[in-house]
This record gives sequence, C-alpha cells and structure tokens, in this order.
Amino acid sequence: MGAQERDRKKSKEKTEKTEEAKPEVVEKGKKIKEDIDDLLDKIDDVLEENAEEFVKNYVQKGGE
Amino acid sequence: MTTKLLLGTETEYGITSKKQEGFDPVTASLFLINHLRPFSSLRILWDYENEDPLVDARGFIVEGEKERPSQEDNFSLNKPLDNGGRLYVDGAHPEYSTPECTNPRDIVAYEKAGELLLQLCLENANRARKDDDTLYVYKNNTDGKGNSYGYHENYLMKRATAFEKIVQGLTPFLVTRQIYAGAGKVGTENRSYPADYQISQRADFFETLIDLNTMAKRPIINTRDEPHADSKLFRRLHIIVGDANMSEFSTYLKVGAAALVLQMIDNNHEINGLDLANPLEAIKAISRDLTLKKTVRLANGKEYTAVEIQKAYLDEAYKYFSKLERDPKVDEILSHWSDTLEKLGKDPYELHTHLDWLIKYELLNNYAQKKGFGWDNQRLAMMDLQYHDIRPDKGLYYTLLRDGYVTPFVSEGAILIAKDTPPRDTRAFFRGTCIKRFPKEVYAASWTSVLFDVGNSTIKRVPLFNPLRGSEDIVGKIIMKSETAEELLRNLAG
Repeated sequence: MGAQERDRKKSKEKTEKTEEAKPEVVEKGKKIKEDIDDLLDKIDDVLEENAEEFVKNYVQKGGE
Repeated sequence: MTTKLLLGTETEYGITSKKQEGFDPVTASLFLINHLRPFSSLRILWDYENEDPLVDARGFIVEGEKERPSQEDNFSLNKPLDNGGRLYVDGAHPEYSTPECTNPRDIVAYEKAGELLLQLCLENANRARKDDDTLYVYKNNTDGKGNSYGYHENYLMKRATAFEKIVQGLTPFLVTRQIYAGAGKVGTENRSYPADYQISQRADFFETLIDLNTMAKRPIINTRDEPHADSKLFRRLHIIVGDANMSEFSTYLKVGAAALVLQMIDNNHEINGLDLANPLEAIKAISRDLTLKKTVRLANGKEYTAVEIQKAYLDEAYKYFSKLERDPKVDEILSHWSDTLEKLGKDPYELHTHLDWLIKYELLNNYAQKKGFGWDNQRLAMMDLQYHDIRPDKGLYYTLLRDGYVTPFVSEGAILIAKDTPPRDTRAFFRGTCIKRFPKEVYAASWTSVLFDVGNSTIKRVPLFNPLRGSEDIVGKIIMKSETAEELLRNLAG
C-alpha cells in the first residue's frame, strides 16, 4: 500500500461519503479526523526537540 | 516422538545519552542494569561452565576465545531473574532473555515483562544522573547508519533433525515472515538500494545464507550450535533474522508461526516447492514492497508473493496439525495466522492497529501529510526511533497504545505476573523459584544449572540439562516443602 494508493483510496472514500451524506457518517468521519489531529498534536508534545541533532547523534555499536 | 514446543527470545536494546561527550555504551549499559531493584543488591553469578558459543551446527568447532569474566565483572554484567530470565550486558548493549516458554503467548508476556524491567531500571538510573546526562533506551534493531543489533529467537529441536533440512525448509518462511513480523523503518542503509519506508528493520543487513557469524556478513540462518541442553538429544536453533517488535501481536505471530513450521520440519513433514531463487534479494525486495503485491522468483521458476508463500506454509501446517491430537494453543496460532494472511492479501490497512510496520507507517504517513513533510524529513526519522523508546510517557508506541491506536494481545496482569514469576511448565520454574525463595543461597545460575552455596565449603550444582524438566509438576512440591536451600538440596538428593 504505497502512499499514492492510500491517497487514492482516501479520496475515493471521501467521494463515497459525500454521495451518501448521511449525517452520522459525516459526524463519525469528522470525529476520526479530530482524533487523529489530537494524536498528532500529542506526538508534537512528546517528540524529542532538535530531532535532526538527536537522530544524527544516535550511533550504536553493532551488536549480537 | 513429538517434541513439545520450547522457545525463548533475546533482545538487545539500543542505548544513548543526552550528553554525547564521553558517552560510553558499555558503562551506560552496566549503569542501567545495575539499577534493577532489588537485585542490584543481590549478587548471583552467571554460571558460564556449560556455555559453548563456538560450536558450529555443521559439525566443527570454530577457533576463538570463550567468554569468562572475572567474578566482580560477572556480578555487574549479569542479573539472573526470578522470572527465570536474564538481564545482562552483551557487548555495548543491555540485553534481556526471556525464560524458556512453551507457547508464544507466554513469550509475549515475558518479552513485555523485560521491557517493564528495563523501564524500571531506566527510571532508577536516570534519577541518579544529571538531567543533561539522561539515558535513552530503544527496543529496535538499527541506528539508521548501518549498525544493527539483534533480536534472536531460540527453538528447541531434535538433535536427529539434519541441519540442511532445517535450512531448506525454513529459509522461504523466514524471508517472507516480515510481512507480519517487520517492525518498520524509514529509509535504507548498509549500501542497499533506496526506499522511503520499509517493512523490516533488519532486511538490509543480511549478506549471506548460512554462517556462524552474527555480527558481520550476517546470515539468514545462523549455525551456532549451543543447545543449553543435552546435546545428544537436542539442538537449539538460533534465528537472528527477525526484528524486535513493540506490537504484542507481531511478536506472537512471529514466534508462533515459526514454532509451528519448525515443529513440522522436526517431525519430517516435507515442505517442498518453495525454495527461493535468491533469498538475499528476496528479503530486501519484500521489505520494500508495502503493497505486498509484488512477486519473488522461486528456484523452480514460479513467481509467488510473500503472502502466497506464507499461505503455502499455513496450508502445510493445517495438513500436519490436523493429524495430531487437538491442541488449543496450536489452533489459536493457526487461526491468527490464517486471519492475518487473509487481510494482508486483501488490504494490509486492516491490520493498522496490529502489526508494527503498519502502525508505524500510519502514524508517520498521517504526520507527514499534515505537516507537508517528505519521507527524508528528520522529524520522521525521529518518530521512527522514538516509536521504540521504552519510556511509557515518551515512547510513541506506548502513546498509541494508551490512545487505542494499537490493539494489545496479552493482559497487563499477565505482564506484571511475568515480571517476577517464572513459567510453570519448563526448567525456568526451578531456576526462577529458587532465585525467588533462596536469593542468598543461590550462588550462580545459567540455562543449564542452579548452583547453591549453603554455607559449608562446597558449592552444589543442580544440573538442568532437560529444558522440560524442573517444571512445577515435577519439582513444585519439593521446592514448596523445603524451608531452606539446604533442605531443598537434601530433598532433591533423596
């Protein structure tokens, strides 16, 4: 499932939803979007600052 | 005779500090595990007497130095646990081994218990360090720069089973298993060809099919022949190709399906016609195909998808296990395996709260779209790493789990019990229970022994060469009725 395919799928879902336009479906869709937005905000809160520096400095010795 | 399933896993964790200057991973790993409570105050040695990591399953001994640390080093390197497992420092990494288990559900609980133990160590350790020298610990397999550390699975098999048969029967399974067992990774490394996102953390690192080595030129099938058991009866197959999983379900299916395939091989059930034309190419190609629709070439010229190869193994498993007495634990694995392959074949997205590589992909993809980031943005690399951060408040896996974006597989209660109680049905029961009941008298422990020092001049060794003995039904009563370690030794001898 490449990003493109997912996008296509999402836009297809959107079209279907608009066609049906059942209020509860629209509401549910809105709720899911809000939930994901909330989650992504939360991720911004916990994500290490200076991501670039942090990732660059994360060097391990090979193990096993 | 059918051997009972017996398996265990080892996880090497990544470790780093906020302060880069003067950071030494060995010192940091030792600092970490010596903050385990209450065992930091208990001194139990690891008994290296029966360890032989230089014997090759192909039948020869490789030259090299055996590991034999001094007594003081031994104490600080090793924490034999009352759950029957082991916390230790291996090279430049903290490592945790589960006790020997008889089923994949127990493996999940004991692996998660290991994460919990390391979380507690980390909390204690960081309280004793300055803020700018905070330690971070990750349950993943790569630093993203070509350095990999391992996740190893161990399965008990019959000595009589020829190693070549294991290699032949297992390789296509291991190469394709990543479609449900991959932990997901942003980018590629180790000079392999580019991709935005991959299914497996480890696929980039495999350069040969069979070898004893686990660190350089990593092999898909590792030949270490160190059974930790009676070598006339048993071998321990050491699988190093897998990713460490955060997802409980991925861990369950990864070891559960592998255990069933090995059970078939161990009992002469032929699995034919799946040999890959080029396993090393296939493992990398499959890791890069997020659609799961591309095929790989078999040795016989046919083209199969990874899902089709896994389904062929599943069909063989149904055939084989339907002839045996029903075992609910086997049925459970078969049913989850079948359901997962069905979904992966139709629309992998359906498993976006179950499988690590999909959980992570969804999170990163949503985030990238919202922010308008490309896959090379360093915040996505940070999220990839932090998905594996073991801190419950900062780790992204744990954040997703708390918010319902991950479906758990075992109960929190089972994990808490597994933290300090051994499994009942293997020799880990004897090891763990002795450590718990007689912590001062247990002088040393290992996979194959518990050594007691009860105050007189000699150290008494209780050998545990059969992994299925030492279980509660065999020694439970004797341990429980013994008030002291000395009495236990007398009762065992009597």
